[in-house]
Order: sequence, then structure tokens, then C-alpha cells
Amino acid sequence: MSATPAQDKSTAVVQAQGLSQIYRIGQGLLRPAALLHAAQNLSFRIDAGRTLAVVGESGCGKSTLARMVALAEAPASGSLLMGGIQVAGASGAQHSILRQRVQMVFQNPYASLNPRQRIGQILQGPLQINTTLNPQAQRVQAAQMLEQVGLRPEHIDRYPHMFSGGQRQRIAIARALMLSPSLLVADEPVSALDVSIQAQILNLLADLQASLGLAYLFISHDLGVVRHIAHDVLVMYLGHTMEQGDKKTIFERPLHPYTQALLGSTPTLRRGFPGAKRMVLQGELPSPLAPPSGCVFSTRCPHATLRCHKERPVLQAFHGRLIACHEAATLAELTVVADTGTH
Amino acid sequence: MPLLDIAGLYVDFPSHQGVLHAVDDLRLQLEAGEVLGIVGESGSGKSVSMMALMGLIPFPGRVRAQHLSFAGQDILRVNETTRRSIVGKDIAMIFQDPMTSLNPCFTVEFQITESLRLHKGLTRKQARLRACELLEQVGIADPIKRLAAYPHQLSGGMSQRVMIAMAIACQPKLLIADEPTTALDVTVQAQILDLLATLQKEQDMAMVLISHNLGVVSEVAQRVAVMYAGQIVESQNAQKIFDAPEHPYTQALLQAMPERSSGQARLHTIAGMVPGMLDRPPGCLFAPRCSRAQAQCATPAPVHNTPQGQVRCHLPGSALEEQMA
Amino acid sequence: MDAAKPPLTPTREFWLSLRQNRGAIAGLITVVCIALVALLAPWIAPYSPILTDNTVFLSPPAWQSGGTSAHWLGTDAIGRDILSRLMHGARLSLFIGVAVVALSVVCGTALGLLAGYLRGVFDVLVMRCMDVILTLPSLLLAIVIVAILGPGLMNAMLAVSIVVLPHYVRITRAAVIAQGQRDYVTAARLSGAGHLRLMLVEILPNCAAPLIVQASLGLSTAILDAAALGFLGLGAQPPSPEWGTMLADAREFVLRAWWVVTFPGLAILMTVLGFNLLGDGLRDALDPKLKR
Repeated sequence: MSATPAQDKSTAVVQAQGLSQIYRIGQGLLRPAALLHAAQNLSFRIDAGRTLAVVGESGCGKSTLARMVALAEAPASGSLLMGGIQVAGASGAQHSILRQRVQMVFQNPYASLNPRQRIGQILQGPLQINTTLNPQAQRVQAAQMLEQVGLRPEHIDRYPHMFSGGQRQRIAIARALMLSPSLLVADEPVSALDVSIQAQILNLLADLQASLGLAYLFISHDLGVVRHIAHDVLVMYLGHTMEQGDKKTIFERPLHPYTQALLGSTPTLRRGFPGAKRMVLQGELPSPLAPPSGCVFSTRCPHATLRCHKERPVLQAFHGRLIACHEAATLAELTVVADTGTH
Repeated sequence: MPLLDIAGLYVDFPSHQGVLHAVDDLRLQLEAGEVLGIVGESGSGKSVSMMALMGLIPFPGRVRAQHLSFAGQDILRVNETTRRSIVGKDIAMIFQDPMTSLNPCFTVEFQITESLRLHKGLTRKQARLRACELLEQVGIADPIKRLAAYPHQLSGGMSQRVMIAMAIACQPKLLIADEPTTALDVTVQAQILDLLATLQKEQDMAMVLISHNLGVVSEVAQRVAVMYAGQIVESQNAQKIFDAPEHPYTQALLQAMPERSSGQARLHTIAGMVPGMLDRPPGCLFAPRCSRAQAQCATPAPVHNTPQGQVRCHLPGSALEEQMA
Repeated sequence: MDAAKPPLTPTREFWLSLRQNRGAIAGLITVVCIALVALLAPWIAPYSPILTDNTVFLSPPAWQSGGTSAHWLGTDAIGRDILSRLMHGARLSLFIGVAVVALSVVCGTALGLLAGYLRGVFDVLVMRCMDVILTLPSLLLAIVIVAILGPGLMNAMLAVSIVVLPHYVRITRAAVIAQGQRDYVTAARLSGAGHLRLMLVEILPNCAAPLIVQASLGLSTAILDAAALGFLGLGAQPPSPEWGTMLADAREFVLRAWWVVTFPGLAILMTVLGFNLLGDGLRDALDPKLKR
């Protein structure tokens, strides 16, 4: 959520409204398919130069969201506006423009580069498909991009397996930038990297955002990383938005029990998150195929009431953020008491 | 007498391009009931060193040590039968990915009772009862139903609990946990760490917790050893190591963590790369990347005994304090 | 990252791994020798393979009593020099092997690629057809096909190609399905790559390794099957010096003139063994990279 709601719609790099995705699982000849509601009613807006971090655990739908925004999948319902163009009804020509506006960086640096192609080929591929540049011009651009991500241009003729994980991720970022997109969807880009390499890649992403004005949709389960790089945060659980707002609000005063649980469960060095209390959730993640009735978090929530088990809460504005919780007001009072008690 | 006493452990992997020194002169001592955390990035040798202890180093790896003694017996020097009676009964290990660590062809009951019947000689009925108790102990609801389940029917958190149940079945004196929570979700991670801490106290086991995540280790461990390129570079009390790290690598690692970035736009990074097979420095292994390196760092770093623990450095000291001053 | 020597290309690394496998090198040398003999046969063979000479029929090999140095490996029932026939037969056998493998690789890869990429009804249709081919015993199926088309070398080759087709289709399809899920394919798709580019440029090169292994092993199967058909009189027809056909002609002389049967048999054995050893070595050298 942007801090300035009065901002003109057309300046947003991406604007999503009510995005939902349904998968059909296990369709047999005689058996109807089971419906998996992977994502439900997601709405957000990302402006140029800002990062929206989506956090959640497995099965929360964050990867599905990434794929929808990256145009890898069409959503089952909802609207997606990219630079003012509606994705749903886009013509073929508009679609190729849209494709160049958003690119994706993947989690596994060892699987996201074609092992049989040289770096030059990998980087020039998008140019070959989408532009009319001759091969020499393509190669020059590829070499420039390598330099921009901190690698040596002479390495353009090497194969991916000659590079370390961190270097491969730089190459993946370089490839994503070849078409000069305005939005980068990063699906857990640093989760597979060591801490020291992670720091380098996060710095690179920050530098690129500053110099190119990129918007990022940053998917992560690591709250330490999110706190460092995000401007806005969206917390997901089983396909639904639990809490959504700017980073400061969410991290300093989380109101949704799930957000509190995430912050409280992260094994940080304790002094990391001021709003966090040590908290261990009971129970297991429910299967996305059989979500709980009412609030999807009610089965594990320490504050669940009868209403929570029956009625699904609606995402509402409250205390400077959006939150989907029946007990938000009660919990807000509790945290005020607790805060004033400890400080 | 310490429960685990490793001195001069070397693990090498020869290949046609050279020899990879996965573990280089490791010295480690662990008392009964103590929890040690081993922290390191990939290639630091943290997993390999414990696998050498368990005898799990694959061909063509070579293990040699001055001594590798557990409860007074030198494991490297005993015969295979004696070794097998120790490993699996008195030393147990749990691994990172619970989905691949459990045998997909056998039920949970079979896998837990296997070690019970082998090491403790229980009958099937007795073993089944004990397996039920174990599942309750690790916090699995409805244990009788879970006994008949196959691994693919369990979630990640539950599979890891089953692994832990298998590991503590014979009441081991030492439990080695190799990245036990890395593949799990954050909320499940917290549950498993709590479980490990509880079990460790209940059964008075010694525990070695290996992780790349300093936060995970700080929750459970009393002492922390930091490894780099096959060597332990620092070993200290868990609380103190984060407040006052002595080795430049530990300091750099802590500074690189995003949660300690304190709002700056850029994180501190460590220049250079971990030495590979071919470019291992002759002296201190961290010297090429160290901000404090001097001429003397071209020779192998000595191990200093500080009041808190040990540091392998020519110039140990809290550079962090210097910077803050 | 910058070592003193330039980093190894995949080809060089592959060659280094292959070199360590003694069996593979032995196989490679055998195959190369046979290929050379086949290439140079018209120039190095002492006689024409179809020239008959009634004066020296069933003459034993040179080292036996009764043999002459004019015919090192002896002659057959109508006086043709066995050595020359073997040399020219090598041309035929290698030609058969390469042609059959080439045909089945091209067709099998295309079918497997389409089946694995498109999935759905097409995939089911193709795989069921392949299952039908696999259920029937390969040699019997080949005989049936040749019986329908008429005996002859070309028809025998076509029959063998059809019979071995399912192996290539299945391997390619499995590899395509596995690679199709990988992130680099998704990345290419997001860059706007069309179906053809995805199939041919992105996915296919990564499926090459198991295909290469199957092809080299398939060469030996093709040679054996063609020889079997020739032995049954359904493949190459006399006076063609194909090794299997030579065996058919020599059946009645097994006890009387052992050399007429043994040398063609040995030739088949050596060639097949050579290709098998090479194929195994290729698999060992290529497989670790599959896992990487």
C-alpha cells in the first residue's frame, strides 16, 4: 500500500485488484477435479523505485502470486494493470510490450540458467526474440549488462557451471534486465545463498533499484531480509492476505496474530525485531485443498473466537494498515498495554 | 573426561584436479549434556566433520585424525562391528531434508522400531509400544495412526519429528543435528528447535547443532564454533560470540546479516570468495579477504586461548569495539 | 574464479572423464579401426568380395595345413576370399548401424519432443503406440514388417528402425518433461520465446546426453538385428557380403569348414562389443553432468 493514496493511477508500475487463482488438481476420467484456491483476492500497488515484499510460509500462495504478476499464468479472476495497460484484455502487440515490462528472477541459481548455453547466449536470448539488433550490438549490450551486475565482461563466453551460486544469481539478474523492465519479480532470490553472498546480491538489487528506478515484487520467507529491503509488506497465509502495510508499521507494531507469530518465530538474535515476542505456534499448516472454514488462520490462532471459526474476516484499514482479523481492535489494545508495560 | 574429543581431524577428497581439504586440523571437545553449535557457510566443512565422526564419508574421501574419541573409545581405531554398535545407538544424527531422509518404502513404525530391535533387542510388540511413546514425546498427535503412515503422507514438520524420534529411540549420549530446520517453514522451525531443546534437557544428551543460520544456533547452543574453509576459526560462549566476536570472519559474518543492518541502505559484504581446491592460501585461510590482514598473516594462524574460548587468528580482538569507539 | 589455466569447456571435461575408462577407450579404438577398415575397404581388400574362384573353394586359413597365404582367412564354398568379404561387410554393417540409428534418433526425438512438450491427447496417443511396439518381440516384429514389405536390405533397415523407435521416444519424452519444469525454460518463456524456440533451442540440447548413450548402444543392436535378419534370409540378399548373410550361407559348413562361420561371427562380436563398451563409457562420462 502506498503511503499516498492520492497518487495518480497511471504512475503505478503495477496495480493488482482482487487477484485470485484456482488450480484443478487430479482430474480423472470419472472423478471431478479438486479445486485448489491458491490465491484469493489479492490487491496491491507498487510504484517505481519501491519494493513490495510478500511473506508467508509454504502453501500461502506467494509463488502463485509471483507467477501471475510475471505473466507466467493468467489469474482466475481479478485485474492486473501494468503501466496503465490491462493485462486481461491485452492484444498480441500489447502483450509483447507487457512482457518486456516485467521480468523474473528465480530462487535456484543452479536451475535458472541453461547449462548448455554460454552466458552471452543466455543474455542475448531476450534481445534476439524481442528486438531487431544485430548480433554484434546484442553482444555489446550483454557485456555492458554483465559489468552493471558486477561481473567481468570477458566472462561472456563461459558456461554457467563455471560460476558460483552468487555469480549465477547476478547473471540471472542481468538476464532479467536485458529488456529494461520496470518491474522485477524476485521469487526468493537470496534464499539459496550464503549470508555473505546474500549481502552482495541485496546490495546489488538496492543499487539497481536506485539507478534504474525499478519496482520490485520481492517474495521471501526470511523476515530479516524483508526488513532490510522492503518498503511495503504483504503477509499471506493459505492464499489470503492477513496483513498489509508499509514496513515500519508492520514490523514495529504487528497486529495480526499470524504476523506476530512469524516475527516471534524467526530465530533472530532477539534484539532484531522490536515488535516481536517469542512465540511458538501450535499445530501444522492446513492443506490448501481443505482450508479451515471462517478465518483460515483460526485453527492455529491463540486468540481465535467462535466468530473466527465461522466467519471469514474482510481486509479492512485499521491503524495505518490493512488487516483481516475479527479481533484486531482487541489485539490492538492488548499490544498497547504490553508495550507500555515493558518499556 | 569429555564425551567427545576430536583432535587433528583431516578429511580430504582427492580428484584428478587436486585434493579438496574439506576439514583441516579440526580440534573439538564436547562435555556430556553440553550443546555446541557449529556455524559456517557452504564449503566450511561443518557437515563433513560430523559425517566423518559417524563414518559417513563417501568414497573417495579420506579421514585421518590424531584421535577421534567418543566416551573414551577411539572410533577410528576400533573394528567395524564395535563402531557400528556405537554409531546409531550412542551417537545419533538427524539430517536436513526430512523428505529424503526417511525411507519411502517403509512405514514410520518399521523405521523407528528398526534401531530399537537392532540395538536394544526388543520384541516387535515392545518396540511398537516404545515407538508410540517416542512419537508422543516428539509431539505428534494421534501416534497410533501415524505409526502406520508412510513418509510421503507426512508433512515436513512431522517427518522431522519422526526423524528425531528415530534418533532418540536408543537414548543416545550425543545427538548431531545437521541443519535440522533449514528445509522447514519458519513457524515449524520454532517448534522443532523448542522440541530439540526440551529433549536435550530431558534426556541429558549432548547435542551438536550445525547450521548456516547464526540465529538458529544462538537459540539452543551454549557454545558456538565458527568454521571457515575447513577450520574452526573461533569457538566461544554463545551469548558472548554475538556481542564480542574475536575473529574477523565472525565479525564480518555478523555485519553481513540483514537483521543487524540497523537501517543502512547497504549491507557490509566480505570481499573475495571462499578458497577452492586450487587457491588455498599458504597462511591464514581468511587473510586474502580480511580487512585487518598484516604481513604475518601469510603464515598459518595460531590458536589463541582467550578467557571465553579459542580464536585462530594472528590478531584477534574486537574490531567491532574499535569501530564503535 | 580466475585460475592460471583457462577453465575447461564441457567437451574437454567430458573427454578427460572418458579417458579414464579403459573399457571405453578399448571400445573406441575398436570402433575406429573397424570404421577405418570400412572406409578403406575398396583399396585395402586383396580381392573383390563377389569374385568367385572355383579352384580354391573352401580353402582353410593361411596358418592351417592346406591354406595358402593368398587367402589369409580362407575362402567360402564358391571360392570368395573371406577377408575381403569381411572388409566390405564392415562397410555394410556400419552403414546399416548408422542409418538405422540416424533414422530412429531423428524420428524418435521428434516424436518424444512433441509428446513431452505438448502433453495431453497427443502424448497419450504416441506413448500407447510406442507401448504396442514394445510389447511385441522385436525380432518377430521386424520379420513381420519385412515380410510385408518384401526382403531386402533397405526394408530390413526400415523394420529395425521402427522396432527400436520406442526407446528413443521414451528417453526424449522423459528428458523433455523433466527439463520443461526447470526455471531456465520458464525464464525463456517469460522473455517471449515461442514453442519452437523453447523446444529446439532451450530444451533439446539438455536432453542430448541420454540420447547419445542410447544411440551408441543402439548401433550395436541395429547391427545385430540386421545380421539376424540377414541370417534368416530376410535382410541383405546374397551375394552381398553382409556378415549375417555370410553366416546364413555358411550354416551347412559349420563342422567341415569352421572358418566360414567363425570369422563373420567374430566380426559381429567385436563390432558389437566395441560399440557397447564405448556406449557404457559415454554414459559414465555424461551422466555426472546430468546430475549437476
